[in-house]
Amino acid sequence: MDILVLVKRVPDTESKIRINQETNSVVEEGLNFVLSPYDEYAVEEALRIKGAKGGKVVAVTVGRDESLVILRKCLAMGADEVVLIKDPLPETYDGLRTARIIARFVQAKYPDARLLLFGKQSVGADNSQVPAMVAEFLGIGQANVVVKLEVEGETATALREIEGAQEKVSLTLPAVVSAQKGLNEPRYETLKGIMMAKKKEIPIVSIEELGLKPDELAPRVAIIRMDQPPARQAGRVVTGIAEETARQLVEYLHTEAKII
Amino acid sequence: MILTYIETREKKIKKSSLEALSEARQKAAELGTEAAAVLVGTGMEGLATELPSYGASKVYLLESASLDRYSTQDYAAALAGLVKKLSPAAVFFSATAMGKDLAPRLAARLGVGLASDCTRVSVRDGGLEFTRPIFAGKAFLTFRLTSSPQVVSLRPNVFPLAPAAAAGEVIRETVDIPITAARAEVTEVLQESGGEIDVTEADIVISGGRGMKGPENFGLLREVSALLPRSAVGASRSAVDSGWIGHQHQVGQTGKTISPNLYLAFGISGAIQHLAGMSSSKVIVAVNKDPDAPIFKVADFGVVGDLFQVIPPLKEELKKLRG
Repeated sequence: MDILVLVKRVPDTESKIRINQETNSVVEEGLNFVLSPYDEYAVEEALRIKGAKGGKVVAVTVGRDESLVILRKCLAMGADEVVLIKDPLPETYDGLRTARIIARFVQAKYPDARLLLFGKQSVGADNSQVPAMVAEFLGIGQANVVVKLEVEGETATALREIEGAQEKVSLTLPAVVSAQKGLNEPRYETLKGIMMAKKKEIPIVSIEELGLKPDELAPRVAIIRMDQPPARQAGRVVTGIAEETARQLVEYLHTEAKII
Repeated sequence: MILTYIETREKKIKKSSLEALSEARQKAAELGTEAAAVLVGTGMEGLATELPSYGASKVYLLESASLDRYSTQDYAAALAGLVKKLSPAAVFFSATAMGKDLAPRLAARLGVGLASDCTRVSVRDGGLEFTRPIFAGKAFLTFRLTSSPQVVSLRPNVFPLAPAAAAGEVIRETVDIPITAARAEVTEVLQESGGEIDVTEADIVISGGRGMKGPENFGLLREVSALLPRSAVGASRSAVDSGWIGHQHQVGQTGKTISPNLYLAFGISGAIQHLAGMSSSKVIVAVNKDPDAPIFKVADFGVVGDLFQVIPPLKEELKKLRG
């Protein structure tokens, strides 16, 4: 069974995000880029399914040359193949465009893939759009924000998180599944894996090769500006006897903030 | 027209859908058009009558036995059929679990862009402009969509409910739903024990971090939660990664980004990825032993002290308040 894992390079979660107001983009200098945390769960799940059922795990990203490093991480974790779909544009924040590229790539290069795994969102754009859009373009089913996945022959059962409950989703393959924290515990790369990944030649597919029309590649998101969040002011701080601080806190919430 | 998708759970309308409808009505008025709502499923007629009081001048019912259980594909196909019929300027969703599952599927089906999880919508030069958090709230992106209709999802708990008296007409519509081979369908909903509300939907979130010292002490936070209506228990990443509480409670960049009226942080130092997830809360309270903890820089009210000593009298004070 061929499993595709769609991954993305993002700044790590400890990063402080600075904005270049002139270009309306994130200042990349000084940021530490990683494989998006939810994508790690997707890669791990693919490797586990392969371990149990056999097949091949292919990790794919859409990006610039800088994204090769996360593909090497996927190789080091155990992916059989990786592909960079080279996109000349920087972050567009447009899920539709990315989904079109991925869907066309799957149709052209991996039409027999049975399972397409994603992180539930990239840690950054936070759009939660691409998995569902790819599923729609390919005309297949989806289960998003999945914390448990069982594949059995030509079907799969996924538990997906909703507010205060879980939905059991029954899927006919091929299907799209996006991973949530809790799905598994991602493995670390082995030293041998890292050495092997370093040497491996990574195939690159250009967008032109996929035959997408200019209109299909035009972003639907027209950025007006990017801002830092409004800074919060530190408020009052009390200290002393617990009974007294608890009383002051409740008084603040009740009479001043009028929130309880 | 701005069309709002109304989500139901156990045959009740979700509050966040009414928030989306309230916002849709106000934007529709600014654009000089009407607000409409759509319900999908079975047995929705009774619920339809609630929607004019939030400004829907038309309520569309897409009812079919095949829509009884949620399937993203069928719901997206049904909605796309209605959108093609009505040509609304925009379709609003609440960015709930279902909204995040369904809105992108509809947008792709219509071949249009999606503004997801917006925290502000404004009307400028006769069009909509959207603002949404990126990097879990470490930055904000303001943009337009260049495609039409504009598909939009709004973050729950951000937009106020705005009841409005309107005469609304209920209209039954039928749409064809294509049969697809590769399907996905919800077969069962497994409730979490106790029917807790989710941190994304709670008015008050009471969170614990490493300072809680162990899983057994999260009971203290549940006791505080029991004294505060519409509250939920949250947690920091380190508490979740230590296995003290389930990840669905995690607040922060690899957890949930929330905007409750009140966020109470117990024993949470305030790592940058945590602050990103909760700093749009309306009021923040922190209780921490360490006076230099970064959480105090964003807290409206801070208590420097041992949470295990502060919680018992806090519960007493809350009980007194309840009378």
